[in-house]
Amino acid sequence: MTDTAPATVPQLTPAQVLGALGAALRDGGIRVVDLTQTLSPEFPQIALPPEMGQCWPFRIEEVSRYDERGPGWYWNNFSCGEHTGTHFDAPIHWISGRHLPNNAVDTIPVQHFVALACVIDCHEQAAADPDYLLTVADIEAFERAHGRIPAGAWVLMRTDWSRRRDPEAYQNFDETGQHTPGPSSEAVQFLVERRDVLGFGSEAIGTDAGQGYHLRPPYPCHYFMHGAGRYGLQCLCNLDLLPPTGSLLICPPLKIEQGSGSPLRVLALVPGV
Amino acid sequence: MTMPLMRPRRKNPVLRTPQMNLPPWARGRVALGLTAAAAEGRLELQVCQDCGAVQYPPREACHACVSARLRWRAQSGAGRLLAATTLHHSNDLFFRERLPWRLGLVQLDAGATLVVHLHGDVTAPGQPVRVTARLDRAGRAVVIALPDPETPHMADDKMLREMGCDPKFRKVLVSDGKTPLGQALVRAFVAAGADIVWVGHAEPWKKLPGFDALSALPQVTLVPLDVTDGRSVAELAGEIAGKVDIVVNNAEVHRAHGIAARRGTDAARAEMDVNYFGLLRLAQEFGPALKGRSADGVAHAAAWVNLLSIYALANFPPHGTYAASKAAAHSLAQCLRAEMRPAGIRVVNVFPGPVDDEWNQNLPPPKLAPDALARAVVQALKDGLEDVYPGDVAQEWLERWREDPRVLERELAAGG
Repeated sequence: MTDTAPATVPQLTPAQVLGALGAALRDGGIRVVDLTQTLSPEFPQIALPPEMGQCWPFRIEEVSRYDERGPGWYWNNFSCGEHTGTHFDAPIHWISGRHLPNNAVDTIPVQHFVALACVIDCHEQAAADPDYLLTVADIEAFERAHGRIPAGAWVLMRTDWSRRRDPEAYQNFDETGQHTPGPSSEAVQFLVERRDVLGFGSEAIGTDAGQGYHLRPPYPCHYFMHGAGRYGLQCLCNLDLLPPTGSLLICPPLKIEQGSGSPLRVLALVPGV
Repeated sequence: MTMPLMRPRRKNPVLRTPQMNLPPWARGRVALGLTAAAAEGRLELQVCQDCGAVQYPPREACHACVSARLRWRAQSGAGRLLAATTLHHSNDLFFRERLPWRLGLVQLDAGATLVVHLHGDVTAPGQPVRVTARLDRAGRAVVIALPDPETPHMADDKMLREMGCDPKFRKVLVSDGKTPLGQALVRAFVAAGADIVWVGHAEPWKKLPGFDALSALPQVTLVPLDVTDGRSVAELAGEIAGKVDIVVNNAEVHRAHGIAARRGTDAARAEMDVNYFGLLRLAQEFGPALKGRSADGVAHAAAWVNLLSIYALANFPPHGTYAASKAAAHSLAQCLRAEMRPAGIRVVNVFPGPVDDEWNQNLPPPKLAPDALARAVVQALKDGLEDVYPGDVAQEWLERWREDPRVLERELAAGG
């Protein structure tokens, strides 16, 4: 991935950039937006056919709450899968990325956990069609309006799917499986090969569409992104609060040895109003 | 003639909820044979192996020939009423609160004479009766006389209802309504006259056939309940535990493999999490509320039903991890029974053979139809049973297990 330092502040040294950033964060010139769903037992987890291994949902149990189990303190134990809630996908998650170097959450260069983001707005299409697939034409239209997607940036697909607070509507299953929006196979290949993106982020439960198993190849976003050493973010929210370009994502996953992903807090720095 | 039970009026909320006073419960060890048989719905009496005398009450030796060679043997219970009396006074708190109470003397065709609790339709000396053993509110066997032949509405008799857990006008929680068995249970409880059936609804995004039709029944209310989530159990208990009269825990995970056929422990852990810890979570949250309402009017809190498996008694290696989780649940259910019994709540453990469902798809018949199992559960509640082994497979395994668990273990290892 190539260097994408903004060209608008050539007169500042890196130390001055950080100083200015700190000052802007303090005075509201730059705001921090939380793109994370709250981890709770009610938040749905990905559902695979029951004979397969399953991702654990988030579960939490009290250790003590100022009671006989611990008189002066409150704390919990929790359990979940690496792919529970708002989470990060590392290349090792997919068979296409399993032999790449630095492909797990503990070995990915930390520089990649802070990067610019572009937000492609598909919320109207997703409202009309839950199975909506982001197309190359959508990407080209975005670039005509907002400029070329810089190399090394996240591309986030805004669908407003996270506004479906009812887990049943969020999962959106029928007898043919899940119906949630995602990228087309061609769009993923375009982003990887032609735009050299850092990764792809979505609001639904996977980076791939609910019916992604029936695309060619199955689950193209997982297959191509991870096969090229790129990352995934899913179960994001508040993408409607981000500008189309010019936000900075901070999204370091937990440092799990050979971890395929992890729940995480995703923050975006955006220009203040 | 028994008057049909009318829908109980709503309770007066300014009055204290009556608390349970158990009937006399102390019995000698020898009398527990009567209780063990009654728990499975049988009248068994001691029969002398030397002189053939049938005796009651239980003793250490034969009342006729003083032989110690006594065996518990099933009895038909056929007999005639000799005399009846009505109790209008008692110093025992249980009976004092339920006066008047009818008692009688019955001569069995098999010989013994018994003092029994009398059904209201047994009135005239000389009348034919069927004597059976029932567990009373203290969980100990008592003998009762029923009219023979049966009479209309006889299940609504005051004495008989005290001995059972009839779902009629009761409020029931079925912990998982999504499986074929869960749906059959809900329909069976509705058919049995349950007032309300709350139906647990985990992972609401998973659509399963038949579920929508179930929720259309007027008695049915779907409630979010995931027994793997302590908070979900606690929240539902906070909402409805004070009204539930019968808890039916049928939530289970069942995977068809042993140790070597599946890598890792995730599936086995899911089985334990639902089949064992799920019961523990439910019992911790719903148990206290049930205990507090065990004398709350004619439709008082009455029973806790655990859907276990005949595999709980002996491991079936092709479904080995499932069997282990059911054995754990069985052990915990024994603990639950011991804790609920002093409050007068009956814990019913059901040990079916393989149910005809997706996880037993590869097992040859006979398999228990979900409807048949659901009917057996409701019947067990009506009859006041504690241990139920529905279906041919369960009955056969139970018999072999009682003969010799070691022999059964080897037979099951060879494929059953």
